[in-house]
Order: sequence, then structure tokens, then C-alpha cells
Amino acid sequence: MEYVIEMLGIRKEFGNFVANNNITLQLKKGEIHALLGENGAGKSTLMNVLFGLYQPEAGEIRVNGKEVKIANPNVANDLGIGMVHQHFMLVENFTVTENIILGSEPTKFGTVNIKQAAKKVQELSTRYNLDVDPYAKIEDISVGMQQRVEILKTLYRGAEMLIFDEPTASLTPQEIEELIQIMRLLIKEGKSIIIITHKLKEIMEVSDRVTIIRKGEGIGTVVTADTNPNELAELMVGRQVEFKTEKTDATPGEDVLLVEGLTVADYRGIDKVVNLNLNVRRGEIVGIAGIDGNGQSELIEAITGLRKVKSGSIKLNGKDITGLKPRQITESGVGHIPEDRHKHGLVLDFPIGHNIALQTYYKEPISKGFLMDYSKVNEKARQVIEEFDVRTGHGEMTPARALSGGNQQKAIIGREVDRDPELLIAALPTRGLDVGAIEFIHSRLIEQRDKGKAVLLISFELDEVMNVSDRIAVIYDGQIVDTVYPKLTNEQELGLLMAGEKRQTTTLNKGGND
Amino acid sequence: MSNRLINILVPVVSIIVGLLVGAVVMLVSGYDPILGYTALWNGIFGDSYSIGNTIRQITPYILAGLAVAFAFRTGLFNIGVEGQLLMGWLAAAWVGYAVELPRIIHLPLAIIAAAVAGGLWAFLVGFLKARLNVHEVISSIMLNYTALYITNAIIKSLSDGGFKTETVLASATLRAQWLRDLTDNSSLHLGIIIALLMVIVMWFLLEKTTRGYELKAVGFNQNAAEYAGMSVKKNIILAMTISGMFAGLAGAMEALGTFQNASIKAGFTGVGFDGIAVALLGANTPLGVVFGATLFGSLKYGALNMPNAAGIPEEMVSIIIALIIFFVACGYVIRLALSKFGSKKEGK
Repeated sequence: MEYVIEMLGIRKEFGNFVANNNITLQLKKGEIHALLGENGAGKSTLMNVLFGLYQPEAGEIRVNGKEVKIANPNVANDLGIGMVHQHFMLVENFTVTENIILGSEPTKFGTVNIKQAAKKVQELSTRYNLDVDPYAKIEDISVGMQQRVEILKTLYRGAEMLIFDEPTASLTPQEIEELIQIMRLLIKEGKSIIIITHKLKEIMEVSDRVTIIRKGEGIGTVVTADTNPNELAELMVGRQVEFKTEKTDATPGEDVLLVEGLTVADYRGIDKVVNLNLNVRRGEIVGIAGIDGNGQSELIEAITGLRKVKSGSIKLNGKDITGLKPRQITESGVGHIPEDRHKHGLVLDFPIGHNIALQTYYKEPISKGFLMDYSKVNEKARQVIEEFDVRTGHGEMTPARALSGGNQQKAIIGREVDRDPELLIAALPTRGLDVGAIEFIHSRLIEQRDKGKAVLLISFELDEVMNVSDRIAVIYDGQIVDTVYPKLTNEQELGLLMAGEKRQTTTLNKGGND
Repeated sequence: MSNRLINILVPVVSIIVGLLVGAVVMLVSGYDPILGYTALWNGIFGDSYSIGNTIRQITPYILAGLAVAFAFRTGLFNIGVEGQLLMGWLAAAWVGYAVELPRIIHLPLAIIAAAVAGGLWAFLVGFLKARLNVHEVISSIMLNYTALYITNAIIKSLSDGGFKTETVLASATLRAQWLRDLTDNSSLHLGIIIALLMVIVMWFLLEKTTRGYELKAVGFNQNAAEYAGMSVKKNIILAMTISGMFAGLAGAMEALGTFQNASIKAGFTGVGFDGIAVALLGANTPLGVVFGATLFGSLKYGALNMPNAAGIPEEMVSIIIALIIFFVACGYVIRLALSKFGSKKEGK
């Protein structure tokens, strides 16, 4: 079998840190090859070596059997290697075509020949069934569409081998499905693909072979058909991983959160939450299942006081908290793990220790009067870091920015749980995290439930909702369209509810105990 | 090469490179660089008189630098220090001559008046930003012009059509005879003590208080600050006001120390704008501002000696000073060169 790309015994060091050690990856023509590893295992480093952004200390790279030296991304481009980055490299207020030709503009009498370029883009788009409008502006199109523009960009430059870096991280389930179709079509047209991911389900579905790396070491390559998710997870993490989070049945008590007739508008004044009813009881985890953009963000922002409530009421332990300020709501016993940890959850330029004080800095013992007691800040931070297994380089003084996503999230969860809130709101708590971190976070949420707290979990991942929740409220178009129990439903039914299809038969006694 | 060593070497090498390029400019234009730099050196450190005046020159730069640095640290760009300084200058001068009080009350009162005037002028900027989303750069630039012409008009009417206010009373002056005696009758005044005190105030406020924690959080990430229940608007207005108070104090230094009055100006003093460079040179830290201001103030004052002692025209002097500051501001390039040089040596 012919290999289009061979990376043999690659070693890459950063100072004393070995990011890649003796890693071998061989890509066959016409295959989808998954590169699997935890966050920080060295996947991106390896791909950056292939793309010419880093030079390896040892090892060799062969393209179509010939040894090559990839000094920079232009060399990679010329060799037919294209990269679809996780964070898109697009100019927001340029059109699709302008973005695609950026850096290699076709010219006619010294002016850019947009028409000719747009025609070529259109042709490629049709051929690979990408359905992209060459004249649309990037800022006007969806995230999934932007990703296709990135794919087009590599195809336009004649890429034969495509590298996808965490391509599904920001996509909805529908968009993921479409992406998989696109990948299959690319293979059919003779391209070869490397997909970097830590999502086992996608690997099982889409890839032909998997190369696993762990802590910078190459573990090996397996044929997908001969393996299973459990084995892959074990290879990746280096120990047995529990997928089904172990938990006892819930014994819910009285309502902690009671939302009645809630209507909330977004920043444009359009109602995103409409007359919504929801309750979360002591000792249960309620999962909100739904496709991104059905009012989840607005619902959480309204409960936590970050967004104005148009009408309706929110009660916490029987006390009306509608329209209170964020701090008053926090003080009445709400913990909030925000959906965007960089935007809301952390001050990235602060040390992680100062971030752990973010919700308590104005209270004793963290401060006395108008004076901060930074020794107490650090003491508290060390305790949370220890208890929640936050891995930092330099303890509590490490800048929050320098932590990996999983550790940032653990620090946020530690901060919120440490305050011992009555209601814990966890919005997309495991987004972008690897299985080890996900396992840890899920067990912490269940631990809160078992302590008799109420937990509201918002997630786009069906697996997560099914695994962790005791009760699932499906949100569609700003309303809870149905409430189901994980034991009595399945992914197909949930999927239909999330897509706005009404359930055929209702077998549940709503609101009762299971 | 260790990081620490590089951190110390960068400014030193920057200044040397700046001086060398300045020397080349002098050579090419037909002047003697050794003579020129000797004149600069003597202008700064030559005798106690020069040292006194150099310190006097540094004083308002420290305060203007603190004003800009404080705003930067809280996520704001205060380009209106110039206007706030002018308001502070006039307020201090007016209180300085218009009221009669014992020195122990009068001097502090005049200084506080300057801080309040500068603070109020900046409050307008903060208020416009917090309430109406007006960008602080636009409003503070406009308020610079407003301040210039308002103060000119007020000075004109206070002095019955003259061009300067009455001299401040002895009870409100920052001048002290012992300082003059110590420095051969230079115009060194007590203001430097106030400036250094404010350096400590800024450090204390940002690093030790809950308010400082809030101000920094708002400066770095407004969304996270809001999530944590802080009032972003209140903190923006407060940050701008405090910044303006530092600027107002810089005005008080001129009114009560250097000039003893407020006079009509044809244009801006430039101290407020130089404050931006001072803050950036000092990496927006209080101690860094002291170093930045020292460099700026020394070069500015010492350069006055170059036309007399070395016959180098003033314009040429300005170019040389600008070059030195340019290279210090380019510290990044120097840092890069140093670390490359260092790693090559280690490689061998």
C-alpha cells in the first residue's frame, strides 16, 4: 500500500520539554486517518511539524515516498498539504472568495481578478457539494459554513492531503453529520485526510485507522474496525476510563429553582426564551438538551442576572430573584459555570489564584474592608487547586491564560463549588475537553447532587445529557417542549424533540419521580 | 543568558544604541558628538543647580505618566491628560492666590483643588463612555482643546485682560528655601515628594485594595467582571476620574512649583502627551513610570545645554532626544537580538 505522507520517528523539543518523542504516523492514499490524544498530548505540535511551522529535532518526513524538508507552510502547500485550523483564519468582513485567494490573488492588469477566482470557488464548491456562496461575507455565514470556506481554501490551493484540527469542536450535531459527508466525498475524489480529535465516537464513525499519542509518545496505530471506544480511550489516557458515569438514582426533594412564564429577548430585542417553565429540585440534575441557539444562553443569563427578564418569574428556594443584580443572585446561592470560560469565566491575564477569588474577593477572609489579603487569596487558591486537581506550571501564580482548557475549567468549577451554592448551573462544562477531564467534571456534578444540591446542566452533547442528568428538559425555540427521563428515552427520540418534532406518545407522568 | 540579566541589559543597550545613532546624526551634520554628549551630561548632572532643575523637570512627567499608566491598567486610554493637567494647573493657581489661609491648610487645599479639577475633567470622559458608549479617545481629545481655550479665557478674565494670573501666595507655594539653598538656587520644589508619594498611592490602590482588584478585572475582561457582579460602568468612571486626578496634580506642580502662576498658552504643554510615552516606557507600572519619567525629564532638561555648550541647534537636539527614546521604546527588538546572541553563544 502506498503512503502519501510518512512521519517517521519525529522528535520535537521546546527547551527541556519534549512535546513529541519518536512518533510515527503513516497516511495511506484515500484514507481518513485519526490522530488521537488528550489535550496537551502533542497532536497539534506534530501537525505543526508537518505543516512546516516547527522544525523537528529528529526523524524524517516523506511525501509520496520522497524525503522532504518542510521549512515553512508555503513548502507544505506546494507539496499538497492543506490545514483546516480549529480556530478559523478568516477575515470577518471579507467575502468568501476574497478570503480564499488571500495571499495568492490572481491578477489582471495589476488588479485582483475576483470574477475568475469566484468562478473557480463556485466550481470547487459544486464539485465537493459544499454549497458555499462565493460572494457571501464571512461575518454573515454560520460557523459550519466558515469551516467549509477553510476546506475550500485548501482545495483551491490544490491540496491532496488535508489536515483537520479538531473540526467538530464548534459544530452542531447536524453540522457534524454534514462534515462527515463532505469528508467521505473528499476521499472518493482521491484526497487523503488526517483528522485530529479526542472524540472517540467520531473516530469510530469516520476513520479507517487511528494513531494514538500519549504525553508526547507515539503509542501506535490501530485499524478502526478492529478496535472499540473503550480500548481507544485506554490507549489514549493510559488507564481504564468510565464512560457511563456511575451514579445512584436521584431522590429529589423540593424545588430549588422554579422558572415560570419566562420571556427573555436577545441583544437585538428578539424573544429567544418564550414563556418558559422549568423546575430543578434538591438532589437532582436536570439536563437542558437542545441545539445551539434555541435560547439556552439567554435562559442562563436571565437566571444569573446578566440579562434583563422581559416577563415571568424566577424563584430560588421560594424567594423571588427575578431582575436582581448578578451579585445578589450569586449571594442567594447560585453557582455558575459559564458556557464561555474565556469570555465570562476567567480574567485570563490574572494569575489563576486571583481568578479563584473572583466571586469572593469582597468578603472576609479574602479581604478586610477595602484591603485585599492576597495571602488569603493564595491560600484559598492552593486549597481549590489541590482539591480539584488543577494542574498548573507555577502553582497559584500561573497566569490563567497558560493553563490548558481542562485545567481552566476545573479551576472555575472549583471556585463555584467551593462556595457551596444551592443551585449549580453548568453550561457546556466539558466543551473541548478530553475524556479524562470530562469524567472528573461529571463526577463532581453528581457529587453536588448527592450532597442535596440542585444542578442545572446545559449541553449540546446528547451523550452527556443522557449520562449525567436525572431528568432531561428539551429546549426548542425558547420553550421546554418536553421533559423526559434518560432511562425511558433514547437518542433518536431526543434528537427528534430537539429538532422540534413533537413526540408521538407520551408515556411519562410529567414532574413525577421515576 | 538568564531572563533577569536580559531584563537589566535591554534598557541599557537600548540607550547606548540610541546614543550611538544620535552620534552618527551629529557627525553626518557636521557636529562633534563628544562635545554634544558632554554638554548633555553636564546639562543633567553637571552641578547641583542642574540636578535640581532636572528633578524639577521629572516631577510633572511622573504624575502625567502615572495618569496614563493607571488608565492603561484599567483598560482605558487616557489621551486627555493634557487637558486635565491644564484644568489642574489653573485650579491650583487660583486657589493659590485667591484665598488667604495658613500654609498648613492652604498648600494642601491648592493641591487638592488641582486633583479635583483634573478628576472632574476626566470624570466627563468616563461618564460619556460608561453611559453613552462614547470612546474615551475621542472625547478626551476634544476635551483637551476645550480645556486649553477655557483656561485661557478664564486666565484672561481673572487678570483683567492680562496673560497670567497673580503669583501664588507664599502660603501656597511648593517652593522651599532649603531646597533652593541645597541646589544653588535651582527651581527644585517640594513637588517631587508629592509625585513619589503618588507612585506609592497608585501601587497601593492597584495591588492592595479590593477596588484595585475590581479595576484591574474590569480593565482586562469586562464580561468576566460583570459575571462576578462588579459594576463595569461605575469602575470605568472611577478609573478615569482617578487617572484625571493624577493629571491634575501634574498641573499643580507647574502652578505651585515651577511657574507660581497660570498663564495663557498658545498651545499644549506637551507634558500630557509625553506622559503616554513615559507610561509605555515604564510598562505601566508605578516604579517603571519613575524610570521613564527620569529618562524623559533628564534628556529634556539636559538637552537645553546643548545649543549653548556645543553649538548644536535646538532642532538637532530634538532629533537626538527623539532617537534615544525611540530606541528605548524599541526594547523588543533589542531583547530579541540579545536572546538570539545569547542562545548562539550557549550553542557553542
